[in-house]
Amino acid sequence: MDWTRKDLLGLEELSKEEIKLILSTAESFKEVSTREIKKVPALRGKTVVNLFYEPSTRTRVSFEVAAKRLSADVINIATETSSVRKGETLIDTGRNIQALKADIIVMRHNCSGAAVVLARNVDISVVNAGDGWHEHPTQALLDIFTLQEHLGKIAGLKVSIVGDIAHSRVARSNIWGLTKLGAEVTVCAPEILIPPGIEEMGASVTNNIEEALAGADAVNVLRMQFERDTEGAFPEQLEYFKNFGITEERLKKAKKNIIVMHPGPINRGIEMSSEVADGLNSVILEQVTNGIAVRMAVLFLVAQANEQNEKSTD
Amino acid sequence: MCSLMKDKAKILDKEAMARILMRIAHEILEHNKGTENLCLVGIRNRGVYLAKRLAECIKRIENQDVPVGILDITLYRDDLTLVSAHPVVHKTEIPFDINDKKLILVDDVLYTGRTTRAALDALIDFGRPQSIQVAVLIDRGHRELPIRADFVGKNIPTAKNETIEVRLVETDNIDEVIIVQKE
Repeated sequence: MDWTRKDLLGLEELSKEEIKLILSTAESFKEVSTREIKKVPALRGKTVVNLFYEPSTRTRVSFEVAAKRLSADVINIATETSSVRKGETLIDTGRNIQALKADIIVMRHNCSGAAVVLARNVDISVVNAGDGWHEHPTQALLDIFTLQEHLGKIAGLKVSIVGDIAHSRVARSNIWGLTKLGAEVTVCAPEILIPPGIEEMGASVTNNIEEALAGADAVNVLRMQFERDTEGAFPEQLEYFKNFGITEERLKKAKKNIIVMHPGPINRGIEMSSEVADGLNSVILEQVTNGIAVRMAVLFLVAQANEQNEKSTD
Repeated sequence: MCSLMKDKAKILDKEAMARILMRIAHEILEHNKGTENLCLVGIRNRGVYLAKRLAECIKRIENQDVPVGILDITLYRDDLTLVSAHPVVHKTEIPFDINDKKLILVDDVLYTGRTTRAALDALIDFGRPQSIQVAVLIDRGHRELPIRADFVGKNIPTAKNETIEVRLVETDNIDEVIIVQKE
């Protein structure tokens, strides 16, 4: 299995084998972060630009750490302080970054499809760090990587995703990735937060949290994005916790070793109780550690594929 | 690809390889005055199996276990896209502290010296060993860097259009070394 894509835009377009290649490459990279000198020269001389149109700390820092552990140079552009404020288009921004001879753009954008548009208009690599409600491939890959580390496999697992499915690119990428690898995915949320078409992606739907937890090997709890609720359609925070929050009580009725994940940042007392977030079933901080290995693998694979493509077109 | 290869000649068979490894084990022990602080590190892929076999030889001679580590040098190559279109990164597993150890770096073939250079860089990132010595089954010449082996199984002068194929039971179901001429 060879990786030949210059970009990573989403998990929908990837084959099962491509996803497995990223996961196995990440496994090799995980060891690097345990060394005394946490750095390898694989991307020495390459420049990675983090282009973030939405505020993000953990994803940006994770990509920055990953790039630096590969010895790449990293430039962070937050659009609030850039020429985007002066009206520059996404494509122009991308071409300017390419003219600086950067090698990889890692982009977070509030519009679904932005990463695809950028990738089509530049020759350098584009890694999607989240586009609108569309996809957040590296988050799903690190979720899947963490699951696989704990349970040894993905095929046949029952995974429930609980929370704001409608506004969640994390949910979409997870559904694509998990179902391709043979897991059974259930999404659980209040009716208003279940988007149309989710069943066509291969997930089952429930509005009942007990049902979502029963028999599940893992539950991925998403953040309630109250800041996106401009129409007042969301449930009240306390009401949500009462009906959908992950508590020790509810976990007692689930599988004893159920794995509890959360992409962060956690709203304690809304999506889950503090006891669960810090409890034995929680792998939330492992997800953060694994995120670095997964992003190192992705940066390495796209850089190497793009170099190869350039050579063959010379 | 196979049609381009011709004139295969066998240089080592199973017995010859076993004798060579036993001799190198003796040389390593003689040079290092025993097994104290001695560690073996095999370079993926075949160097790992050779390192394990050397450790078995040492065990038979001295009745001492020496630790064996695994080094993947993909991330340290200076020719990432030259050697193979899509290099696969494997795990490095060095489960011991290399500080102040006498490391024996083990590989199957020493050729340009670039793999050894990458391996030295990788090892230095793990700490400061007391010494690093290089053991190879075959030295085929054509060095491009100032690197030499401390322990050599067999020197085989080759032309650049020839390649050496080391086959091991663990990876290829047979122990042999053959020389192949490319057209």
